Amino acid sequence: MDLSVSFAGLTLKNPVLTASGTFGYGLEFVDYGDLRELGGIVVKGTSLYPRQGNPMPRVAETPGGMLNAIGLQNPGVEVFVRDYLPRLPWRETAVIVNIYACDAAEFGELAGILAAEEGVAALEVNISCPNVKAGGILFGQDPAMAGQVTEAVKARAGGKPVIVKLSPNVTDIASMARACEAAGADALSLINTLSGMAVDLRCRKPRLANVTGGLSGPAIKPVALRCLHQVRGAVKIPLLGMGGIVGAGDVLEFILVGAHAVQIGTANFLRPDMAFKIVRELAETCSRFCVDSWESFRGSLIL
Amino acid sequence: MMLRPRAFSLDPLWARPFSIYALSPKTISFFIQVAGRGTAVLAGLESGAALTAWGPLGNAFAVEPEKRTLILAGGVGLAPFPAYAENHPSPSRLSLVFGHRPPVAAYPFKEIAAVTQAEHFRERTPGDIETFISLLDARIRDFHDALVLACGPQPFLLSVKRLARKHKARLQISLENRMACGVGACLGCVTKMAVAGDSPEPVFANVQVCTKGPVFWADMVRLEGEEPWT
Repeated sequence: MDLSVSFAGLTLKNPVLTASGTFGYGLEFVDYGDLRELGGIVVKGTSLYPRQGNPMPRVAETPGGMLNAIGLQNPGVEVFVRDYLPRLPWRETAVIVNIYACDAAEFGELAGILAAEEGVAALEVNISCPNVKAGGILFGQDPAMAGQVTEAVKARAGGKPVIVKLSPNVTDIASMARACEAAGADALSLINTLSGMAVDLRCRKPRLANVTGGLSGPAIKPVALRCLHQVRGAVKIPLLGMGGIVGAGDVLEFILVGAHAVQIGTANFLRPDMAFKIVRELAETCSRFCVDSWESFRGSLIL
Repeated sequence: MMLRPRAFSLDPLWARPFSIYALSPKTISFFIQVAGRGTAVLAGLESGAALTAWGPLGNAFAVEPEKRTLILAGGVGLAPFPAYAENHPSPSRLSLVFGHRPPVAAYPFKEIAAVTQAEHFRERTPGDIETFISLLDARIRDFHDALVLACGPQPFLLSVKRLARKHKARLQISLENRMACGVGACLGCVTKMAVAGDSPEPVFANVQVCTKGPVFWADMVRLEGEEPWT
């Protein structure tokens, strides 16, 4: 079967991308697979200026998942464009940059810088990172503010597709999705991490220095599928699904519910060749479940 | 190395990081202390159990054959040193001080004692820590012109670092931060390391222990609980 997929002006050789924050800049993984085999790489959340991130401890293991509060540590967009982007195989594999800012104007400025880069296939707008006190969470929880950010990025993206990444930490994710679509988003990705917390009973302290963090991993897959299902019913633009995918079967589950493509996140930590392995196993898994084209299979969930 | 037995299934989720304890053409050995669920599963694996492993990752302790080298190990922090001693060009120049709580027979102490000057100290009561720190103080003073290497729990490393500064000894420490990915991607294991900056004050940046370490020159990193002016 032809594994390639086209949406929002992008053509990917397969629907498997790596999720922002779990795959560095891709370069950390070159010893474990050929980046050109991936459908796409969504690089680490990038801000206008360098960020040091949160104090340690930043990660905690939880049943079937993990919490993180990295705090968007990144070297800033200038270093990304100068040092990392040229080393990525962007001609063969879509490089999507996840962007983070604290106000709509800064989002627009970031979009403007990246719009000028031939190697950037699309922008993914992080309106939902729960870890940073200033900004982030508010955009992702208020439809009007999410719309403003989407418009600001779209206005400066120079024709590059704009993907807005939705937070599950909302009362009604469908209304967030509709607001982003109305504001011009070309696609949506979902879900970002669920806000969570873990404590250490022996020392009576939170297990993250930030106290709360984002829950990810297999534990959140049912929440991700539910959100995807609700958003699929609310908007027409293509969706990138993610949350707890650890195998090719999970990829098909998200496409069945209506995703055009998926992102592999926390599973990259289970083994560094995980995304490559899932790509390799996809064709055989499709054949096992009698999937012969994405067009006919996508959203074919029997209700 | 990162080790993730198939028995983990999806819980525990992460692989666990270990230093290589011994290496032969056909085997890699690890010395593991059971500290939680992950290490308990690893310790209980039967022969032939499937496991995902990746590495070796990161860097290693300096080897300076022409210099005397003092090794300071706390508990399971002894793990990397038998192989270090075995592969050292002049093991007779190595000295080891090993602090531990369980009986010494629980550790690979004998094999390293066979090739180096080695002494061990067992902490039986909390008060013994002070005696152990005095011992470390005396040894680091004797070896102030040597290379000092340390691996062990974080409070131990903090004490060793303070003593090395007091005696102006060159010290390398191996950090044991919790890790998720082991390849520098998750940024969960970072430590504060001095980087070149414009100001005369040291500028610290968060760097990954898994790929930029785990071994650091002690005066380049700021440990958890360390005074901010150091």
